[in-house]
Amino acid sequence: MTINTLQIPSLLDTLESQLRQQMLARKLINPLMIGIHSGGVWVANILHQQLNIKDPLGLLDISFYRDDFSQIGMNPSVKPSQLPIDIEGRDIILIDDVFYTGRTIRAALNEIFDYGRPNQVLLGVLIHRDGQQIPLKPDCIGTEITLPPGQRIKLTGPDPLAIEIQATKPKAT
Amino acid sequence: MPILDNLQLNDDGRLKHFLTIEGLNKSLLTEILDTAESFAEMSQQQVKKYPLLRGKTIVNLFFENSTRTRTTFELAANRLSADVLNMNIATSATSKGESLLDTIHNLEAMFVDMFVVRHAVSGSAHFIAQHTAPGISVINAGDGQHAHPTQAMLDMFTIRRLKQDFSQLRVAIIGDILHSRVARSQIQALNILGAAEVRVIAPKTLLPSHVQKLGVNVAHNLEQGLKNIDVIMMLRLQKERMAGALLPSESEYFHCFGLTRKKLEIANPDAIVMHPGPINRGVEIESAVADGSQSVILQQVSHGIAIRMAIMTMVMQTGGQA
Repeated sequence: MTINTLQIPSLLDTLESQLRQQMLARKLINPLMIGIHSGGVWVANILHQQLNIKDPLGLLDISFYRDDFSQIGMNPSVKPSQLPIDIEGRDIILIDDVFYTGRTIRAALNEIFDYGRPNQVLLGVLIHRDGQQIPLKPDCIGTEITLPPGQRIKLTGPDPLAIEIQATKPKAT
Repeated sequence: MPILDNLQLNDDGRLKHFLTIEGLNKSLLTEILDTAESFAEMSQQQVKKYPLLRGKTIVNLFFENSTRTRTTFELAANRLSADVLNMNIATSATSKGESLLDTIHNLEAMFVDMFVVRHAVSGSAHFIAQHTAPGISVINAGDGQHAHPTQAMLDMFTIRRLKQDFSQLRVAIIGDILHSRVARSQIQALNILGAAEVRVIAPKTLLPSHVQKLGVNVAHNLEQGLKNIDVIMMLRLQKERMAGALLPSESEYFHCFGLTRKKLEIANPDAIVMHPGPINRGVEIESAVADGSQSVILQQVSHGIAIRMAIMTMVMQTGGQA
């Protein structure tokens, strides 16, 4: 799929249908949905309604769990995470907008496990782009794309949701 | 050797050490406050611990007694997942005659990452920052009569949370300005952040000469000085000053400069009352004021953790590197 043909409603439909299949296949019981700040929360808000999840949507800001804060600095305005009191033994659907290196998901899992030991975690992302750096992969995706080096894909929103391609800053030496 | 003002910044203008408010700009102070805001919000969460400083070793090097400052530094470091070593100077080799530099070099040989220093001699934190190995950050937790920058920043944080806009605020600092490292740092921070007025209220014997050069207005009478004030910052009266004949007696001081409910009514009705602690009840402040509805003294203590988490994280971001 090329960037020009990415349509958010259709990506959401694909992701939702894959999530439904996986929820059945992996027998998720009364799952808890968690969105990763900020794009993941926008996507999760929509899926949370469409999948009729009972518990309120959980929010995760993983800034304090990043592995690269000493290189890129810390965003001073970090939002508090809002997770339910008891994560222990729960089935969790974790949602993000873009899966790239896998480091955000690593940080998110670390934070979730600080709150308790979930029974299982299902990972859904709107867009899976190439560039994986650690052995993690999403379970459900809206689409998969390949981008040339020096470009990144970003979800803007929340109203309306849109996809932007941006040039990445060269790495500090 | 780098000049003192720039010793705490690296080439990119980022914090490498945190030694004094002097020489820092408004955007850097605001960044500290913003970062602390994130940590303060986190303190409501069920899990209050983050892996930001995992694997780092922080040495609390307190050559002077401290309760609040040392414990909040320790708690801040723990919440950032750092390992903390509390040096008890009374039982350390320093009391056997080891020099400050030898103590520092021995701790460096144990591969530590940060020193949090309190010392009775002004300039100690600068001295350690100048002589410590590259890659180690130094935070000043109070040096002599010079500076107590983390206290000033937690005070600014408390003011901003409750009063928002510094440019509208008239702030009074009351008490022993002459000997107070807290007051010096507070005055600098308030001026950098653009407070409308900083007013010091004290007897002439407890004010430095040429005090106006610090960027303050001066009052010698508490009743007159409290007019139109939005923020009241009390200072602890160090009782040893009585012995130095700078003051006639505690009761005389309380009569003239102690903050009572009656005097508090002179300030603006929504004025807040602050104190860095420890409080001398009945000397600089009446109990009914310290425990009253306008007092934010315990909020200051809570904010001390968030501010120290922010500053430790920021200096470790640069890893102490120039």
